[in-house]
Amino acid sequence: MILMNMVTPPPELAAISALQSKLVSALRPILPEHALLWEPEDTIPYECDGLAAYRRMPLAVALPETEEQVAQILKICYEMQIPVVPRGSGTGLSGGAMPLSQGLVLSLAKLKKIISIDPFTRTAVVQPGVRNLAISEAVAHLGLYYAPDPSSQIACSIGGNVNENSGGVHCLKYGLTLHNVLRVRGILMNGEIVEFGGLAPDAPGLDLLAIMMGSEGMLAVVTEVTVKLVAKPKLARVIMASFDDIEKGGNAVAAIIAAGIIPAGLEMMDKATTRAVEEFVHAGYDLDAAAILLCESDGTPEEVAEEIERMTKVLEQAGASGIQISKDESERLKFWSGRKNAFPAAGRLAPDYYCMDGTIPRRHIATLLKRIQGMEEKYGLGCLNVFHAGDGNMHPLILFNGADQEEWHRAEEFGTEILEACVELGGTITGEHGVGIEKINSMCVQFGEGERESFWGVKSAFDPEKLLNPDKEIPTLNRCAEYGRMRISGGQLPHPELERF
Amino acid sequence: MGHSNLQVDAFREKILNAAKNKTPLSIEGGGTKSWYGNPNNYAKLDTRSYSGILEYQPEELVITACAGTPLKEIEAALKEKNQVLAFEPPHFGENATFGGAIAAGLAGPGRITVGNFRDFVLGARILDGKGQDLSFGGKVMKNVAGYDVSRLLPGSLGTLSLLLEASVKVLPKAAATATLRCQLSQEKALKVLNEWAGQPLPLSASCWIGSAKGGDGELTFRLAGAAAAVKAAIPLMSSLVNATELNEGVAEDFWNNLREQKLSAFGNLGADQTLYRLALPAACGPIVISGANDEIILEWHGQQRWIKAPGDEATFAAIKAIANSHGGHATRFRQGANVDPSYQRFTLLTEQAHSKALEAVQERLRSAFDPAGVFATKRLP
Repeated sequence: MILMNMVTPPPELAAISALQSKLVSALRPILPEHALLWEPEDTIPYECDGLAAYRRMPLAVALPETEEQVAQILKICYEMQIPVVPRGSGTGLSGGAMPLSQGLVLSLAKLKKIISIDPFTRTAVVQPGVRNLAISEAVAHLGLYYAPDPSSQIACSIGGNVNENSGGVHCLKYGLTLHNVLRVRGILMNGEIVEFGGLAPDAPGLDLLAIMMGSEGMLAVVTEVTVKLVAKPKLARVIMASFDDIEKGGNAVAAIIAAGIIPAGLEMMDKATTRAVEEFVHAGYDLDAAAILLCESDGTPEEVAEEIERMTKVLEQAGASGIQISKDESERLKFWSGRKNAFPAAGRLAPDYYCMDGTIPRRHIATLLKRIQGMEEKYGLGCLNVFHAGDGNMHPLILFNGADQEEWHRAEEFGTEILEACVELGGTITGEHGVGIEKINSMCVQFGEGERESFWGVKSAFDPEKLLNPDKEIPTLNRCAEYGRMRISGGQLPHPELERF
Repeated sequence: MGHSNLQVDAFREKILNAAKNKTPLSIEGGGTKSWYGNPNNYAKLDTRSYSGILEYQPEELVITACAGTPLKEIEAALKEKNQVLAFEPPHFGENATFGGAIAAGLAGPGRITVGNFRDFVLGARILDGKGQDLSFGGKVMKNVAGYDVSRLLPGSLGTLSLLLEASVKVLPKAAATATLRCQLSQEKALKVLNEWAGQPLPLSASCWIGSAKGGDGELTFRLAGAAAAVKAAIPLMSSLVNATELNEGVAEDFWNNLREQKLSAFGNLGADQTLYRLALPAACGPIVISGANDEIILEWHGQQRWIKAPGDEATFAAIKAIANSHGGHATRFRQGANVDPSYQRFTLLTEQAHSKALEAVQERLRSAFDPAGVFATKRLP
């Protein structure tokens, strides 16, 4: 954007501009006119992904329509040694698709065909730009669906899901993207087409499909994905349980799992969140509860009846002060509505909020929540806690006013302390949003130099020239000094239409 | 942990010596699967002294243990809390270790429903070929920090690094199980199993044993899940194929013996024969291998098949070609006494059109973790 306002570009910008012309002339012959963007007004929408605080203008954006074009683009960039940032729907929350100023953004959004659906083998072959929810919609008439359901599922693409190893509300029972993808076809940076995994239960050699999952576009560009489809449960019901004490709520989560139950979803909200969302959705939440637990069962009617009974018993024993069981589908959705609207509700409480994504062992949920309460006082900022309790995947939302620099600084410190607490409690800095550019500094906290060196070894095995999305996920020594944060200005997310979990 | 640290130091010294002397080390636990994969005569690195469960909290659904821990010790600890390794890794002997099971990456009957060993690995501590003590992943279900290196270890057969400790996800034992058996042709069995797998039924495992050339065989299938779900499914499914329920003890023995390959159908491998394992897509119908025994065993709804056939290279080539043409691959799993032990046991990446370019990736990946070739036994090519 600064670029446009300059009359005489400084030498550095002149070099960028020369590189841009070179790249554009190399790509023009292989792409239709509308599939290559380089004018700033056309490339601006690509300057950031779902993490809007991090913006950068790329040299150009390519929107190939065929796998062959993807391979050619990569070959050209490889020859020119121009880095490439692959991009799906741009809904990522960690800046994994943030452009490089001397690089190309390679959007896979136009590769959006569902190639085939096979009900007999319960598989679908799809292009990377196919939206997550579109798969389930396309196979619904067969009584099947694609299980991983990240909150952005109406917009996020399957190629992006593979690269983030996306989770969702139901992954406690149905697994992550990793567990639901059988085969990935992709292209290495040098243009070679390869396939990871396959339709057989395993493939020769080392399990390279596993390492592709969650690799944040750094190892290969995904051009086709074969996903596993599963039978749609006949019924789902949810229990909404109130607790007068956060610790009791946290312990109830552990008790459910210890009782040998794997709920289809197990989510928790603290009092501040409950109050904020109730004002927003009017679902009839218990406003006096210190914590509300949503515990879902799905399956055949017999199975659900049995499981709901067992869950209810455990929750009662764990000291629930109130229990409501959804009577029908509309009530089930009502119970869920607050949980699903926690992010926009947070946006009503403060000008800005900062979302964390750490994961901790379940038994430490109460410990972390209490520590966060202490941090609220320490930093003088409020925090909403709403999270995937069953997985121990926490999403604290720190409320602050971004117009006040000092307050933003405190919010940053607050977030850092939460992530450090997650690592200290035996957890991780990111459960499902990815490292991207945002948490690259925290990677230095979680991993030592040896591990980070190994990560670079993995990167180099696939991409020796380090041209594919090279500034993401794995910090260099220099990068370790940088800070990254998710910061939502004015409570506005880049995709306000999406549900946020 | 003082003892353990000494042990890790001892491992490191062996690795550094091996790196210096350019003599690879063959990692071994209880030796129960030493026949699996390409053989070698390199010095052994015995992991059994590094043993013990480090952390197990049932409500976390995770167990963390040292590589040398006996697998049966792990399973016993889980059993006490009514939990299981849901993918049912085969032991193939009394002394199987946790690390050995991970390195082999094999899974039993439950694999078709719950996933492979790698699906359950959450984290690992390793010594790489430079003797570096590294930890990847963790003990939580959801973790996307850094590349998922720990999931590369299952099935790597000790060719990547020395596994010290691993955290593996466990699951509650199913509230109820039932095993049913019927007589059915291979074709019909494959059809009905895949149809059931696409419905909300508690189908958990299957095995068909019969003649590759046709006719009815014995289909055994297991249901597992909520008691009500299993109870409701029994009449529904058994009426479709005219199946009868096995008593609990018989059923348990059957699935154990299948997993451990102790069923009579696995016995009597001829001295010139090889037991081939075929990993195939669900869409693959019955296949016939010329020169093979009539009796074959199908697991995982037909996705894992066991065939006894001559151990010569021409037969393996033919089997690989058939598996490949269906989108799968084949392994020389066990070999008879007269079969040349130097024959390559696995399908190579270079033998499959779309994995050719991965050969170089895999080599670079190995040298990133093991530049001096300490673990370069070629046990897994």
